[in-house]
Amino acid sequence: MTADPVAASIPPLATYALRLGDDALVLSHRLAEWVTNAPQLEEDVALANIGLDLLGQARTLLTYAGEVEGAGRSEDDLAYLRDEREFLNVHLVEAPNGDFAVSMARQLFFSTFQLALLQRLVSSTDPTLAGLAGKAVKEVDYHRDHAAQWVLRLGDGTEISHARMQAGVDRMWPYVDELFLGDEVDDAVAGQGAGVDPALLRPEWDAYLDAVLDEATLTRPEGLRRPPGGGRRGVHTTAMGHLVAEMQHQHRSHPGASW
Amino acid sequence: MVIGSVVAADDVLARAQAAAAAVLDPELPVLTIADLGVLRSVEVTADGTVVVTITPTYSGCPAMDAIRTDLLTAVRASGAERVEVVTVLSPAWTTDWISADGRDALLRFGIAPPGPARDRAAGQGSGPVFVPFSARPVDVPACPRCSSIRSTEISRFGSTACKSQWVCADCREPFDHMKAI
Repeated sequence: MTADPVAASIPPLATYALRLGDDALVLSHRLAEWVTNAPQLEEDVALANIGLDLLGQARTLLTYAGEVEGAGRSEDDLAYLRDEREFLNVHLVEAPNGDFAVSMARQLFFSTFQLALLQRLVSSTDPTLAGLAGKAVKEVDYHRDHAAQWVLRLGDGTEISHARMQAGVDRMWPYVDELFLGDEVDDAVAGQGAGVDPALLRPEWDAYLDAVLDEATLTRPEGLRRPPGGGRRGVHTTAMGHLVAEMQHQHRSHPGASW
Repeated sequence: MVIGSVVAADDVLARAQAAAAAVLDPELPVLTIADLGVLRSVEVTADGTVVVTITPTYSGCPAMDAIRTDLLTAVRASGAERVEVVTVLSPAWTTDWISADGRDALLRFGIAPPGPARDRAAGQGSGPVFVPFSARPVDVPACPRCSSIRSTEISRFGSTACKSQWVCADCREPFDHMKAI
């Protein structure tokens, strides 16, 4: 039986920072998989840059989670030496990339969520989270714009691109609800004014998505759901184990190596 | 460079400031970190430690480690015995901090400098939803080679996160533009 990574006596703020950091880390890994595989060279570059922004955010958040936890774990310890069950990211970011339209649907869903969250964290009572948010909000504004432009271009494009973009939206839609599920960690951190109850972000997310989907002549999926949740407590989909293995292989094969 | 023979605290500070300000950005080696706005302050503590404070341009900027190493080397070479480099995230870096000299240097290097940054991301989420198809207002940069303003954006992400790619409709040359953030 695996210990519940949340229930242990870890400060809620550490868990909160780790969750946001894991979202950014895992999505940056998925974006890196696109490099040399994107439909255009410019997209290789764009997705690498977006992934790099997320990786930078993850480094700040993981370092901070380690400090608050107080057990002496560094950003590298947290990224490379935890097992799958200890990662606290949502399922959306670990889902396989699929085709380009699937990945752009994910980018739109996640960056819209992340931007709404960061805009509130800018006024967090926690100086590190507020500082991180103040930087990241500018970056993620570009990420959301990048995704929205692709969803519009493909959705309102040819018959084939429209069908594939709709399939991409449908493919990622069942993962959306989990983004907005709060629990006692969110309550505790939001109660201190340091964090945000994710449920509060939903109306804004819906409004932006509706506007983009409408302009892109795409249909908002109805009834496409799966039992949401699990990621925030370390329960993941099959894809996650493979992702963690690839992400950690080099580091674990050469413990303590430097260059 | 010999500034003076007597090493007083003020002298240490002045030399450290000059040395730190002259460190170049490794990605844009025509620009000092002072011109770029990455260098926030240089101070001397009561025990004589020189504390250099920097801020990253982007969260994932890979140049920060090189800048930190270069700063330690440069400030030690200026005569300081103990040097610390501190990284801060707040206030968040903005392209508005790039100096006039820095903008000239970018232009000479073939990179169109950024226009004024808008505080477009700072809302609390209660504002109007953007009409997404009318892509964000983008300041069309003048071509750094021929100064034409007839240029088109190729990609919003260029060779580094801080740049976008453009092509000039007159001289037909592609060029980088540092995005306003």
